[in-house]
Amino acid sequence: MTAAPLTRAPAETAAAPVLRAEHLAKEFSGVRVLSDVSLDLRAGEIHAVIGENGAGKSTLMRLLSGYLKPSEGTLFLDGAPVAFHAPKEAQAAGIALVHQEILLADALTVTENIFIGREIARFGRLDERAMRAAAAAQLAEIGCKVSPTALVRDISLANRQLVQIAKALLGTQRVVIFDEPTAVLTHDEVDPLLDIIAELRARGVAILYISHRLDEVERLADRVTVLRDGRMVGTYDAKGLTPQRMASLMVGREFASLYPARQDPARLAGADAAPALEIENAHVPGFVRDVSLSLREGEILGLAGMIGAGRTELFEGLLGLRPATFGAVRLHGEPVHFHSPAQAAARGVGYLTEDRKGKGLLLDEKLAPNLTLAALDRVHPAGGLDLAGEARLLDRAVAGYDIRLRSREAKAGQLSGGNQQKLLLAKVMLNEPTVLIIDEPTRGIDIANKSQIYAFIQSLVREGRSCIVISSEMQELIGLCDRILVMRAGRINGELAGAAMTESNVALCATSSAANEQSLGGP
Amino acid sequence: MADLAAAPPRASHGWSIGWGDAGPFLALAALVLIGFLINPDFLSANNIANVVTRSAFIAIIAIGATFVIASGGLDLSVGSMAAFITGVTILFMNWAAPSVGTAAIPLGMAVALVTGLACGLLNGTIVTLGRIEPFIATLGTMGIFRALITYMTDGGTVAIDRSLREAYRPVYFGDVLGVPIPILVSLAVALIAAYVLYRTRYGRRCVAVGANEDVARYSGISVARVRTLAFVIQGACVAIAAICYVPRLGAATPTTGVLWELQVITAVVIGGTALRGGRGRVWGTVAGAVILEFIANLMVLSDFVSEYLVAAVQGVIIIIAMLIQRMSKR
Repeated sequence: MTAAPLTRAPAETAAAPVLRAEHLAKEFSGVRVLSDVSLDLRAGEIHAVIGENGAGKSTLMRLLSGYLKPSEGTLFLDGAPVAFHAPKEAQAAGIALVHQEILLADALTVTENIFIGREIARFGRLDERAMRAAAAAQLAEIGCKVSPTALVRDISLANRQLVQIAKALLGTQRVVIFDEPTAVLTHDEVDPLLDIIAELRARGVAILYISHRLDEVERLADRVTVLRDGRMVGTYDAKGLTPQRMASLMVGREFASLYPARQDPARLAGADAAPALEIENAHVPGFVRDVSLSLREGEILGLAGMIGAGRTELFEGLLGLRPATFGAVRLHGEPVHFHSPAQAAARGVGYLTEDRKGKGLLLDEKLAPNLTLAALDRVHPAGGLDLAGEARLLDRAVAGYDIRLRSREAKAGQLSGGNQQKLLLAKVMLNEPTVLIIDEPTRGIDIANKSQIYAFIQSLVREGRSCIVISSEMQELIGLCDRILVMRAGRINGELAGAAMTESNVALCATSSAANEQSLGGP
Repeated sequence: MADLAAAPPRASHGWSIGWGDAGPFLALAALVLIGFLINPDFLSANNIANVVTRSAFIAIIAIGATFVIASGGLDLSVGSMAAFITGVTILFMNWAAPSVGTAAIPLGMAVALVTGLACGLLNGTIVTLGRIEPFIATLGTMGIFRALITYMTDGGTVAIDRSLREAYRPVYFGDVLGVPIPILVSLAVALIAAYVLYRTRYGRRCVAVGANEDVARYSGISVARVRTLAFVIQGACVAIAAICYVPRLGAATPTTGVLWELQVITAVVIGGTALRGGRGRVWGTVAGAVILEFIANLMVLSDFVSEYLVAAVQGVIIIIAMLIQRMSKR
């Protein structure tokens, strides 16, 4: 440990631990994924667990909530040793887990979802009224204004997350474990959720909070436990623990900066640089209204905004993946119109989807077929496949993008999130795009990989390509981009550059209808 | 990293067979052994040639089905389609025979092929342009093709013209160097199919569409074109099977090809192709077709189970095969 000594949390505090874990370890078929982890959760305290992907956070959380049984170590509930054989037993003991993914049935109502599997019945007949009332009370308690009779498919993502929390909180809860609850939310949906979690703490619930977003941890946590490679780095008092410090502890080395050095602004020559991609009067029914934008040669242009602001849909429309109309689209000055991603790729426009598992990679397929899938005609110009040539391309991608893999024969789904993202980048780059659109470049990947991806984006631009980065992480856009456009409700609501690129300005543009280019624009 | 990057490029599988893919072939070997133990006649060259020849139709059709299923589709209409193509072909040959003589046979084969391609294209466009579930779309065409053959035969049989019978006979009963022609045809179809599926861009796209339609779409693949083409390949395979089948029965009847779809899908599934799409195994499919015919043959040769229960046994096999796929997935 190169980290300077930090304030260790005092061994004894006023509140006795509700749930305590001692020397927990977990092996999966001989592979140790977690060893010797000890921590305690106290009533009225938020205990954050941070660590990179694969550090063992999810395993720890599953051990605590009865989804997994520890290979070694003991859990103590109110000081007495317990062993949970199923999540139901942990639930009965007052330990609830709020899953990271939204696990709700779209076609059922909010009430039905909350009571699924534990319906209230009288003489075998469902007591709808009692369930509705209980659901309403539970929702009101966490400040969720959704109707208990609404269908889940009709409510927003943020509200679904709240319904999921209400479902977890149903019954008496003493310990609530949140697994990256804000991962699917956008910036201004996060605040109310954090308030709810703080409110739970005030009511004396012991909270375990797992998150990638270190600023949230800094804001919320009382104590922080850091995991690295399945081992405990330590438990620290959150006071005085900066996000930078947390990142260093997680990675095990000091972090100067996550972002590569900015380009020389003179090189971009402001508005004088020729436009690489111009979009005029884009309409995507239901998502985008009359959007025009221009990407300059050699520029990294950020697109900020909330989920649902129409950012992804704008570019899916551009590539012909969904119905859209355009006043004009010009690529390096030439008018173009794409009906499919293949046409766009042929003209040098590449798009990296935000959903790498659902739309980017074939998880059950090996790496080489994944790499070349979008460039089959380019890579195998003859009718038959050139498998040796393909293997060489994979070698080059593995080396060039630093894809870490155990075996060449691995399937894409076996790579870590960060390496999947690098493979996806390599896949899109096989078509040698001059304009690259990257949607959520670092969603759900760890800090070391993030930093690498930023460096790749920067170097692609240095090679003379131009890049649009869509992201819900404002810091990422501010750290990486030369200019940021902020979308709100299907329109561009502001343009920020230079010193004006601040979180508060981005947030303001993303949420306020009053914001416009004049009031915020310019360095 | 460096050592990995420097690793010599190794061709990924294709012709080679991993342990996971060996299942159908091991099952086939076990079946042959069991057959021999039950009845030594089972292993006579005559019986083996007979059984494999009979399995050829299902094998050829199932090779086509491998493409459809690997691309995430399903074709229930193959049995009716085979009957329909047989009927059209025989009617055409009988009509042409008086004027062109035995030249009616190659012409009839061409008609069969065109009809098969058209039937496949019909299925494919209903599924892709009509955006109808393959299950429902081909359930519909299954009914249509079956009704058409019943209508064409007027509920009875349409036999092939006597003048053509002798000339056409070798297509089923003939052999080259002792190997029956249907076996050679199915081997040729399998070789071509394996090349297309494993070694061409279309094969890659076909499997990608079946594995994840969205990934394929976002990778610039025309999902509709790939799917439609899979159904067209299926149609061509059904036509080839029908061409070989005509001399065996010498007639088309409303019951020709009944329940073939069960045998075809069973052969594909026990061959290791994933029924949900995304993985196709051509040689596994061939093994699957032979396995089915061996089992039917065993039931005839032994007295354990009535041969009337063949379809029931096949039904049981497909369910077991699915269970094995499910468990090996875990």
